[in-house]
Amino acid sequence: MTISIDPQKTNNESLQPKGWLRYFSFSLDHKVIGIQYLVCGFLFYLIGGTLASAIRIELASPMSDFMPRDVYNQVLTLHGTIMIFLWIVPVVNGAFGNYLIPFYVGARDMAFPRLNAVAFWLIPPSGLMLVASYFVEGAAQAGWTAYPPLSITTPQSGQIIWILSVLLLGGSSIFGGINFIATIIKLRRPGLKLMQLPMYCWAMLGTSLLVVLSTPVLAGTLILLSFDIIANTGFFNPVLGGNVVVYQHLFWFYSHPAVYIMVLPAFGLVSEILPVHARKPLFGYTTMVFSIMGIVVLGLVVWAHHMFTSGTPPWMRLFFTIATAFIAVPTGIKFFNWVATLWGGRISINSAMLFSCGFIINFVFGGITGVALAQVPFDIHVHDTYFVVAHFHYIVYGGTVFIIFSSIYHWFPKVTGKMLNEKFGILHFIITFIGFNLCFAPQHWLGLNGMPRRVAEYDPQFQFVNQISSLGALLMAISTIPFLINVFLSVRNGKDAGDNPWNALTPEWLTSSPPPVENWEGEAPLVEEPYGYGKEISEQK
Amino acid sequence: MTTLDSSKEIQKNNSEVNETHEDFRMFGLITFLIADGMTFAGFFAAYLTYKAVNPLPDGAIYELELPIPTLNTILLLVSSATFHKAGKALLKGKNSDSQKWLVFTAFLGIMFLICQLFEYFHLPFGLTDNLFASTFYALTGFHGLHVTLGTLMILIIAWQSRINGGRLTSQNMFPLEAVELYWHFVDGIWVILFIILYLL
Repeated sequence: MTISIDPQKTNNESLQPKGWLRYFSFSLDHKVIGIQYLVCGFLFYLIGGTLASAIRIELASPMSDFMPRDVYNQVLTLHGTIMIFLWIVPVVNGAFGNYLIPFYVGARDMAFPRLNAVAFWLIPPSGLMLVASYFVEGAAQAGWTAYPPLSITTPQSGQIIWILSVLLLGGSSIFGGINFIATIIKLRRPGLKLMQLPMYCWAMLGTSLLVVLSTPVLAGTLILLSFDIIANTGFFNPVLGGNVVVYQHLFWFYSHPAVYIMVLPAFGLVSEILPVHARKPLFGYTTMVFSIMGIVVLGLVVWAHHMFTSGTPPWMRLFFTIATAFIAVPTGIKFFNWVATLWGGRISINSAMLFSCGFIINFVFGGITGVALAQVPFDIHVHDTYFVVAHFHYIVYGGTVFIIFSSIYHWFPKVTGKMLNEKFGILHFIITFIGFNLCFAPQHWLGLNGMPRRVAEYDPQFQFVNQISSLGALLMAISTIPFLINVFLSVRNGKDAGDNPWNALTPEWLTSSPPPVENWEGEAPLVEEPYGYGKEISEQK
Repeated sequence: MTTLDSSKEIQKNNSEVNETHEDFRMFGLITFLIADGMTFAGFFAAYLTYKAVNPLPDGAIYELELPIPTLNTILLLVSSATFHKAGKALLKGKNSDSQKWLVFTAFLGIMFLICQLFEYFHLPFGLTDNLFASTFYALTGFHGLHVTLGTLMILIIAWQSRINGGRLTSQNMFPLEAVELYWHFVDGIWVILFIILYLL
């Protein structure tokens, strides 16, 4: 069955505002939606970062003196929820996915442009709702995991607003996932084979499969939780005969894949950036594809490693330990492929490359602590301590956020036609890298020595190390200043980038920068070798 | 899909439009239904875990009778068949036949909902009585919501398949096919739900 689409009719131009106003409109252009996701996500990153700073100020002293304890709980809950659902997931999927995927498959827009716009416009209201819940009787206090019975016994209004907000964001995520799957599978330009797609397409295909398979389970779980809170049912309330562990199973069935939803797109993006700046083909394309799909399959069967202290039976512990250890195999393959891509390349040291290398270093460290945490005896020792906090910040900040910045440096010329300033960029990288490691590396030591997470007060013996960590957080906060200055200066009067400043071969660079409304002036180019850099080098020699 | 061949012909005849692509609306709908199915899968998994792990407390009442849900199963299965009939009739261009079958399908859907409500009012337990009662109402209620939405959509496409001015024709089958797939999905979920909730 086929339908025909007149290229001019996908976007009713007479009704679309021009210039910067279109970023505030219900635009159907995938490039506009991508930028909307990115800017909206970055604003929430600033809010979430402010909350993180508040946490580190509180923890600079062992007493609860900067804010009351219940406010501390609200701050850590909002910090986690905002950073995950409003910054990392929308930006690393929605922003880069919407901007790049149609170029990569040779299309003029996403498969369902209107659904795409709906998916984006669900985000700002639910995010504002979440932030505003602080002013109604206090925000949710049960952490981003919202474990019952804590989430049932804390003040109701904040928790219910939290649930509504996460449900809307989950809906947005599912709509986005459906759109990406349809675009990658069905909207490819004729002649473009699946195994010729840039790696980010594969990463987004895997991510979207995880979104479609696991996010609905979270939605169902949160509906049951809201019944427990509003209608006084007892699904997860032990007093009424319910079972709290069922909540944990259902929650982690989504939230462990959510880790891959946050990190797989980053794997894809780094696979785009490294070959361009090392002037070499991506090493091991096929193994990369299979390891992404391996992570997707394994990622769905490891969730209970978050629950080793929840009275899980021994067989379950054994199974989930082994399954989790297996995930290290495809991840390790990808890591070696990136190093092999760099090996012997003509590497240009610029901000995009530096952030990507920073990602590789941080991610290996976070990956190793992850394998350690999968071992039951070790996990029971450090469960709910700062070791876990350090581990997942190495994955989501040291991994994904580094790649978000790397991607911004890499694709800024594509979006604006202007270069970012390299001096500011390198300064940004140095402060971020030092600040990040200073903030989170000491937390491994804190966790091993038994400092629990999510508590405003702690034993005075941990004060010095906590202050080092807070100093690192201060550096991380400062690091956004050169970045913001850089972006504002470069948008106004940056150096002109030309159409393809990096001499890249992936399809998005084969049109003008910034691209025209329908992406290509004529027919979309057929890129059979998106990483054919070796040939180019030998020709130049 | 049944219209595959006919719309290919249309595309061949329509040579003025240079940019054509495959219709992937059905693909998107299938992806959405997989996601929707996962919500039910989560509910089923929760219910089965409760059944395996949590004992029914002393004095709690949780008993289900079979006649009404069996009738409901038959109603939904028949409605799937009548919907299929509607699609066949529309393909042959018999819009009024198609409309009759659609209205009959919607009638069966409404009958299902009435029987479901009748069962609700005659059960010896309420939503908050015990864990299994809560799970029962949550599962059947969530499914009932799907049936309600489906019935409304059937009524809408029945209105659209009217002979004069309706936009549903043998050339434009997608709305009917989409709702039909959704309806079969809801029926399939009911069969699983019937087995898990009533028979196990």
